[in-house]
Amino acid sequence: MAVGLPENVFLTKLDAAASWARSNSMWPMPFATACCGIELMATAASRHDLARFGAEVMRFSPRQCDLLIVAGRVVMKMLPVLQRIWLQMPEPKWCISMGACACSGGVFDTYAVVQGVDRFIPVDMYVPGCPPRPEQLIAAVMDMQAKVRRTGTVMGTEFMARDTPMGPEPFEADERYRIQDANLVQLGGFSAAMTPAGMKRGAGNHG
Amino acid sequence: MVELSVLQQKFGNELTESSFRENRRIDVPASKLFEILSSLKSDHGFNTLIDLTAVDYLEYEGATDRFSVVYNLLDVFGGERLIVRTAVNLPDPKLPSVYSLWRSCDWMEREVYDMFGIEFVGHPDLRRILMPEEFAAFPLRKDYPLKGRGERHNFPVITRSGS
Repeated sequence: MAVGLPENVFLTKLDAAASWARSNSMWPMPFATACCGIELMATAASRHDLARFGAEVMRFSPRQCDLLIVAGRVVMKMLPVLQRIWLQMPEPKWCISMGACACSGGVFDTYAVVQGVDRFIPVDMYVPGCPPRPEQLIAAVMDMQAKVRRTGTVMGTEFMARDTPMGPEPFEADERYRIQDANLVQLGGFSAAMTPAGMKRGAGNHG
Repeated sequence: MVELSVLQQKFGNELTESSFRENRRIDVPASKLFEILSSLKSDHGFNTLIDLTAVDYLEYEGATDRFSVVYNLLDVFGGERLIVRTAVNLPDPKLPSVYSLWRSCDWMEREVYDMFGIEFVGHPDLRRILMPEEFAAFPLRKDYPLKGRGERHNFPVITRSGS
């Protein structure tokens, strides 16, 4: 090669350079609604020190963030707020779903609790645990960095390919039956849902 | 201590008393609820409404009415407590609001309305307090399924490329 590089200069791809910069300065938007929020705070505090990974700048305005951390259960009344916050965040942006409740509804399988935020907003990384320890969240942040370095592009074209909803189907099959039975009850026919057969079907033993 | 006989003299013999773990409970008919409560406040010193809640007795053994609304009263100065219970039924569960007697009933009546669909006539601002405004059902009724009728899935889905 005839081209001689001066000292302290190296060649790379623009995508890689941008992703390297982005991955090392992720600004989290803490969406903390439950006990996972406490662990999130612990992660940012001095003992675990999220600053080691460049992610310590918790911004409480979504306009200044690029990493949404959903920590805790999200109820029906809160979901429109969460969606709005997601839409307000500027590109490029990523989302970590932290804890069992945010990932799947957790033990709160009730009428008001959303069964996993990935049904309604895109999620890049899931953290299991109830609540997860700070180490687990740090692992997720590190995996997130690796993912950004691996797939990131300057123009964010990697996001364009993800045009289908990523969560599970809104209604599972047994849930459809449950709702059907419930509507029967509402119409006055008790037999359908209250008989053992109805109960069994509601519990997902069909087909 | 307010005697049952005194109340019966004033409001008729339908009033009955029972107790559970030393909590006195008086069952009153819904039609006389408001006068009895205002009398308890003005004549018997029950100046605080501690709690107001409801119970759904659907499929409860021996129950004759669908809902009961329960008022927990306290006489702050005498230390006396009293539980007043009244029954309401479908299809039109309605009770007079006690907002004019105890302002503390404000959010509690809204919660009972939100969860059981019992309407409190005369409440200044009877809206849902916990569930979203557009929620159509009353989730603490026993014939409402624990997992709902699919309301929790009724949201637009945001995809990655669409946001």
